[in-house]
Amino acid sequence: MAGTAEAPTTNRIGLQKKDYAGSKSTLCIGCGHDLITARLIDAAFDNSIKPEEIVKLSGIGCSSKTPAYFVSRSFSFNSVHGRMPSVATGTALANRNLKIIGVSGDGDTANIGMGQFVHVMRRNLNMVYIVENNGVYGLTKGQFSATADKGSKLKHGQVNHMHAIDLCALAVELGCRFVARLFAGNTKMMRQVLQAALAYKGTALLDIISPCVTFNNHEGSTKSFPWMKSNELALQDIGFVPAYDPHYEEMGHGEERVVKLGDGSKITIKALDKDYDPSNRAGALQLLAEHHESGKVPTGVIYLAEEAPRFTDHLGMVDVPLSSLKEDTLRPSKAVLDEVMDSLA
Amino acid sequence: MATAQAAEPETRTIVNDLVLHVATANGSGSQTSNMVLLRTLFQMGIPVSGKNLFPSNIQGLPTWFTIRANGKGWIARKQDADIVVCMNPDTSDEDAAAARKGAILIYEETLNLADKRPDCVHYAVPFKKLIAEACPDVRLRKLVINMLYVGVCAQLFDFDMEEVRKAISTQLAGKQKAIDLNVPAVEYGYKWAAENLKKADPYRVERMDANKGKIIIEGNAATALGLMFGGVTVVTWYPITPSSSLCEYLEDYLNKYRIKDGKRTFAVVQAEDEIAAVGMLAGAGWAGARAFTSTSGPGISLMNEIIGLGYFAEIPFVICNVARTGPSTGLPTRTMQGDVLSLFYASHGDTKHIVVIPNTPKEAFEMAGEALDLAEEFQTPVFILSDLDLGMNFWMSERFEYPTKPFKRGKVLDKEALDKLNGQWGRYRDVDGDGIPYRTYPGTPHPKAAYFTRGTGHTPDATYSEKPEDWKNNMDRLARKFETAKTRVPKPEIVNNGHAAGLIYFGTTTEAIREALAELDDRHGLKLDQCRLRAFPFTQEVEDFIHRHERVYVVELNRDGQMRMALGAELPRLAGKLRSVLHYDGMPLTAENVVSQIVEFERK
Ligand SMILES: Cc1ncc(C[n+]2csc(CCOP(=O)(O)OP(=O)(O)O)c2C)c(N)n1
Ligand code: SF4
Ligand SMILES: [Mg+2]
Repeated sequence: MAGTAEAPTTNRIGLQKKDYAGSKSTLCIGCGHDLITARLIDAAFDNSIKPEEIVKLSGIGCSSKTPAYFVSRSFSFNSVHGRMPSVATGTALANRNLKIIGVSGDGDTANIGMGQFVHVMRRNLNMVYIVENNGVYGLTKGQFSATADKGSKLKHGQVNHMHAIDLCALAVELGCRFVARLFAGNTKMMRQVLQAALAYKGTALLDIISPCVTFNNHEGSTKSFPWMKSNELALQDIGFVPAYDPHYEEMGHGEERVVKLGDGSKITIKALDKDYDPSNRAGALQLLAEHHESGKVPTGVIYLAEEAPRFTDHLGMVDVPLSSLKEDTLRPSKAVLDEVMDSLA
Repeated sequence: MATAQAAEPETRTIVNDLVLHVATANGSGSQTSNMVLLRTLFQMGIPVSGKNLFPSNIQGLPTWFTIRANGKGWIARKQDADIVVCMNPDTSDEDAAAARKGAILIYEETLNLADKRPDCVHYAVPFKKLIAEACPDVRLRKLVINMLYVGVCAQLFDFDMEEVRKAISTQLAGKQKAIDLNVPAVEYGYKWAAENLKKADPYRVERMDANKGKIIIEGNAATALGLMFGGVTVVTWYPITPSSSLCEYLEDYLNKYRIKDGKRTFAVVQAEDEIAAVGMLAGAGWAGARAFTSTSGPGISLMNEIIGLGYFAEIPFVICNVARTGPSTGLPTRTMQGDVLSLFYASHGDTKHIVVIPNTPKEAFEMAGEALDLAEEFQTPVFILSDLDLGMNFWMSERFEYPTKPFKRGKVLDKEALDKLNGQWGRYRDVDGDGIPYRTYPGTPHPKAAYFTRGTGHTPDATYSEKPEDWKNNMDRLARKFETAKTRVPKPEIVNNGHAAGLIYFGTTTEAIREALAELDDRHGLKLDQCRLRAFPFTQEVEDFIHRHERVYVVELNRDGQMRMALGAELPRLAGKLRSVLHYDGMPLTAENVVSQIVEFERK
């Protein structure tokens, strides 16, 4: 797969892994969220991302705390519960050149934040939207969230009788062009998809099943490590070939699908189970619906379309960030005021 | 044939002092006719105001437009109209019944109002018949029938027809077809009135010269202009009356005047709701934009959580509240000063906000730019407190002055500044002792530029902290910052002549207060000093003003005396001197109401 056999001590922009570190995690030991954090550090390092060119935004929850635990050299905004998407949108308006990593939880997204999630999926910001999905509210001690599967049980036996919200299906439906479901325990797939999502110019929604070891890792939970280990259905073997990788010309042969990104990098997708076609929207929705019945959890790239113009491209803005504009550009001349005043006299 | 029937023949004449009230149906195109009447009076140099009383509906429900023209410059709302034009058959009985004794009624002949109000002056006009003659095309009649009353009024009250024609051209700027349709209709009405109506009332207007160099504008357009010249870059909004037209004007102006090499130097985004609108401001302000949204009371309620985040995480953005009557959906198309407390102390926990309070379009223009400055200077949400009366009604105004002061972008460290500091800085350190910290914009290319923004407890270096002393120190610094703001916000406008009683007011009550003060003096021999509040926090001048007076009336448009409560809360030792003069029926204030309440107080 990708040509990064051994991680070099410095990446292409001369930074070391430690330059992508964050402060020490305060989450429970074994929490799935920490696994995601670790892979984010890897992916940012591997992609040689300049820390000042990304911003990390989050809502509220254990998951939303994690931006403190990776890439401290990047700006970060831990905002309010369920509203990260709007804060991210505003950030993109002020500075269209920033790459946004949005981190949220299933409660933060599928419950309180559902309205904002739905609308941000329609926008296509330059953002990786990560839902660290454990089926419960970790931070408020284990209540069900809206992604809990029908029939799944809480620690003390309460059963969820409502239909689960499938964020991947919603994202596909709403026009998101890069949609993946991942399992925090599947380190390799997560790392490759994170790298691809970071390189992708547009919104990538990553719904990552990330078990809460404290409140939702018991028998009867469908978001536990054991459940996922036996029910994950990896759809594909995913590879990411960065633009600078000297080997990439040799990649992408055989039955692999290769998706080329604007920056020259490539995502390689090799179907494992059957020939699942991630470029087919209707097929993606069908796959997700089928597996709600089977109980299996398909992971991999559910849907991937070519990069398309982003929200900020449609606004007709100047190329430089609005935040960099100064008075000489922002205040029209006196003649303009005179013209307006004359029209009102 | 219609004739005028007066109770008694009229011998007086009343020049340049009239209130003209037009009743029509919403969506009938009467706005153009009413604006033509308003503009004509304005062009004739007579001080004038126009207030639209409209329903929360698009078509069919009754709507009223009131014009007050007054040579002495009294243009506040008045309780009773002198002239009532009844164009809406659904409300004509009520409109006639509500008219004061001796009022002049102009109406469609077939409505037969003469029997119902024998104490009024009647001009019955066969509008339907006339429009059939004046406008051969049946389909267009509905569009121009309202122009007939413009002609009738022009003839009866001596409007200058040349000015009427000019007003039509201005109002329908560039739409020649519409002009060619409307002008003849007005002329037809004028001619008919001249030939068929016998003048039986004392009202007439005469050219004067009070409006030189003035403009007519709605407050929302003025605020929009202020924001454009103030360098706004990110605008988000969710439609709500009476604020929608502000962002619509703003978008139009920006599209016209803020394009560089064919590209926009701004972004305007319609958000999915007010929570998202203000969330976008939080992101944009954080990332270095001059960010703005406008809304009304219900939107403010929704925005509260993120307003608190903005206060605590110290993020600049500006919200204009064009207030309407609440609580709840309330009276969405009526005015109120009912969001004083919900702005001053918006959100949970210890919060206080900078609020600027314009009273005229000119001030709305100036304060919009000032609000953008204050937000960035103090790194905090700043509010503009407007209301429906200012925002959506038509006001004469001085021309706006071109702003020449440079933008105040606040304490921002760029790459060079960070280099000089060797990257040694802390986001929430009070380096200058004024409570205002330094910040960096996301994207600043320096390894030490970044910091972690959060709504949770933090240290001066922006790290997480739950320590009691860190919390308290930070809250004390925010209080210090608010103290600093007292020296920078717009100062009150004070008239002090050493009287025992004082009067505090703010915003759109200004015109009614001016008139009331003159009347209190002329008719009742009561003299009061005045203080017009222009901002929160209250500055030292406000405290001194209350201190110097024995008793102080606080005039406001709400039931509970919210501004009085805020004054009492901020200046507790002086609270006992404050008395509320209130008005809260959804309508703009009248001088009559202020006079009667104050006279009653003063008699006690
Ligand atoms: C407005 C508001 N309501 C409620 C809360 C309390 N609260 C904090 S986190 C949370 C749920 C978080 O769940 P999730 O997003 O799934 O994150 P997890 O902790 O599971 O990672 C709730 C309800 C809050 N912070 N703000
Ligand atoms: S409560 Fe659950 S989600 Fe939160 S840190 Fe602990 S394990 Fe993770
Ligand atoms: Mg959760």
